[in-house]
Amino acid sequence: MSTDIDVSKHRHAVEFADGVYWIGALDPSLRVFDIILTTANGTTYNSYLVRGSDGVAVIDTVKENYSGEFFARLESVVDYSEIKVIVLNHLEPDHSGALPELMRRAPQAHLYISQRATSMLKALLNADEDLQYTTVKTGDSVSLGDRTLSFLHTPFLHWPDTQCTYLEEEGVLFSGDVFGCHYCDKRLFNDLVGDFRFSFDYYYAHIMRPFKKHVLDALKLIEPLQLKQIAPTHGPILRERPRRYVTHYRELSTSALTRGIGEQDRSMIVFYMSSYGNTARMAEAISEGASRLDGVRVSLYDLQGGETEPFVDLIEEADALLFGSPTINGDAVKPVWDLLSSLAVVNLKGKLGAAFGSYGWSGEAVRMIEDRMRGLKMQIPVQGYRLKLIPTEEELEDCRSFGKKIAEVLVGKPQEKDVIDFADLA
Amino acid sequence: MAKAKITFEDIEQTVNVPAGTRVIEVSEKIGAGIIYGCREGDCGTCMMHVEEGWNNLTEPSVLEEKVLKENMAGRHDRLACQAQIIGDCKVKPA
Repeated sequence: MSTDIDVSKHRHAVEFADGVYWIGALDPSLRVFDIILTTANGTTYNSYLVRGSDGVAVIDTVKENYSGEFFARLESVVDYSEIKVIVLNHLEPDHSGALPELMRRAPQAHLYISQRATSMLKALLNADEDLQYTTVKTGDSVSLGDRTLSFLHTPFLHWPDTQCTYLEEEGVLFSGDVFGCHYCDKRLFNDLVGDFRFSFDYYYAHIMRPFKKHVLDALKLIEPLQLKQIAPTHGPILRERPRRYVTHYRELSTSALTRGIGEQDRSMIVFYMSSYGNTARMAEAISEGASRLDGVRVSLYDLQGGETEPFVDLIEEADALLFGSPTINGDAVKPVWDLLSSLAVVNLKGKLGAAFGSYGWSGEAVRMIEDRMRGLKMQIPVQGYRLKLIPTEEELEDCRSFGKKIAEVLVGKPQEKDVIDFADLA
Repeated sequence: MAKAKITFEDIEQTVNVPAGTRVIEVSEKIGAGIIYGCREGDCGTCMMHVEEGWNNLTEPSVLEEKVLKENMAGRHDRLACQAQIIGDCKVKPA
């Protein structure tokens, strides 16, 4: 095993299995990736080349402005006329940037992408309907003579188009962004580079976490494979004990703590902010009403007393989320927006949502919070409840009913519903 | 104006609407579980399954057909941001 690798000193391909080469590029100066991710020592754009007895395959490319390095490494081992296959596991521009030029230099090469990648491909290339490509899914493969590339349909890791490609003869999984990280090290392999565990977990937390369910689906396809090496599109190639990373992905995608509630129980979290205690009293009454139902566990949190990150963890595991806010200057209060704007890393689709709050003059906060929750793909089964200033005993009883009604939807209790007229909808 | 009934099966709610209303206009207001991305028939996020009344929605356009195909739509799946209600139907998120 080579221990003296330094890919920053040359622009050649690096062979890491028989006829399998890294032809990627280093980007050590990158500090912020895609607006949302910081990277303390840059990243790599990994591209790979597989040589078979009947042609060569290029798997993924690099960000456009790193094309020079990519083509130089490619040219060090292959003539463009030998390229028979181009596979794109993921069409994000950092992997498809050099594709148009590659297709121009190797016009005979045929492109293999996932079904969902087609619209993105046309948008990237600004191409018309004449574009030639083959869409592939799990079970499909393409032959390079003495070796075969087979495809795994692994959507939403982290785009709808993502897939993995497996070279069975060498046990190499070209995994796309899965098992990747933003970590730039000229020594290239996981057993040689510095300590990249933080970067690996950070990448998962920001890129893969919203798609945990899809990660688990993908792992069902990946775990049975004979894995000698995992070759992701960013960060070190995982050649030393690659299965460790697969196991780690399973751990990261499985709930870290059991919620401490029964398997059948549903969890409801009531978050609130209150300036004069009125919204707080509403929150308590709503929680009390919801708790009347068996099978619903209610947690009540004052947003003033906590920090965003642990609340995001709570939200990820909850089944229903209620937000209570007063209206100040025609808006919900900042801590509510802070939390509602910190949820891109978790999957909220289908969770139940509801809003409530006491107000002095206009009371816009409740509707605004509902709109935001809809925007986050949550369901709002019960129209929000707002009241002017200090809740009366009657209004507190309404709050209890409001909580109970949401809890009933949560446990699937059928609601008596009249047909609504469109004109009556707000 | 002609009226039609649309039922959102996931929330078991029926709404009376004027014929020609797009599903998106109703489902968002009522809080049904169909989710939206681009809202202009391009991304395929709002795919819904039509349980009943398939013929009571306007015919999909060529563009919608294309997006449905790209998103591997099943039989009787439509885009909620495109389909207009012209008669009684029942839908749910695909």
